Amino acid sequence: MFKIFEPGRIFVITSKAHKYVMFLFVIVICIGLLEALIFSPEDYKQGDSVRIMYVHVPAAWISLGIFSSITFLSLIGYIFKSKNFFLISKSLAPSGLVFNIVALVTGSIWGKPTWGTWWAWDARITSMLILALFYLMYLIAWRIYEDKEQVLKITTIITILGIINVPIIKYSVDWWNTLHQPASINILSKSSIHSSMLFPLIIMTAAFALFSMLIFLMKYNTELIKIKNKGLDRL
Amino acid sequence: MITEILQMNGYGLYVWSSFIFTFVSFTTLYVITKIQYTKERKKFMSKYGALDSKKAEVARSQTINKEILSSSQSI
Repeated sequence: MFKIFEPGRIFVITSKAHKYVMFLFVIVICIGLLEALIFSPEDYKQGDSVRIMYVHVPAAWISLGIFSSITFLSLIGYIFKSKNFFLISKSLAPSGLVFNIVALVTGSIWGKPTWGTWWAWDARITSMLILALFYLMYLIAWRIYEDKEQVLKITTIITILGIINVPIIKYSVDWWNTLHQPASINILSKSSIHSSMLFPLIIMTAAFALFSMLIFLMKYNTELIKIKNKGLDRL
Repeated sequence: MITEILQMNGYGLYVWSSFIFTFVSFTTLYVITKIQYTKERKKFMSKYGALDSKKAEVARSQTINKEILSSSQSI
């Protein structure tokens, strides 16, 4: 059923693809930076500090997206007993953690001029911190458990527990009174953000997505070569 | 103009530190991943080089090994 996901077939593509992804990333990030730092207008309330949004928001979106993908892939892998899905999940996790940290740190920097504080134990910020802890637990589990079957079970449990936090992050600004502003961009209804700010945000999101893909490709190739190294020992 | 971009009406410190932190994080992650990738490929090449001709032939018959060997020539 999942023959298309066989490591041999994927490796043929991934071993060449990262160079092209890197090239695309450099182009898109250059356009994104020009838009975000120079061409986009300042906010009428927040002034130029709004430019932090162009790194903070894409980082948060992608870190949430990666965690959701990891959970989905781990579940599929566990149900269909396909180790390759776990390998893909494992390769996605490092960039997810880095994006999560970037979202937390840039959010904290943005908080100082906007709220007058670096940190608040508010629902959105705290739930994002909890997500970072789940990422850490997931990556540590891969490092400390030697037994393959055990690590697959434990990482799946971590992702299932962690995914409960994802809707909490999304709706925390609606469910509780938070310092964090409600969502400005809605897929189903009209967004409250002007197109002059939405355009650089989309470009920066595309650039960050390309970067996560680049890291994923390199990490996935590394994991496959590691397995092949063990295979050479057994020859 | 450059001073305006750097100062950003008093928000320069916050804006630039956010962007710099982001790109330092990206660069660190990229460098670490690249080092691990190169290390594993080098390890593969040295292990493959140590195989006798029969075992090397068996190893070379696998798609992934073939790909690693061909892409390692372009490191």
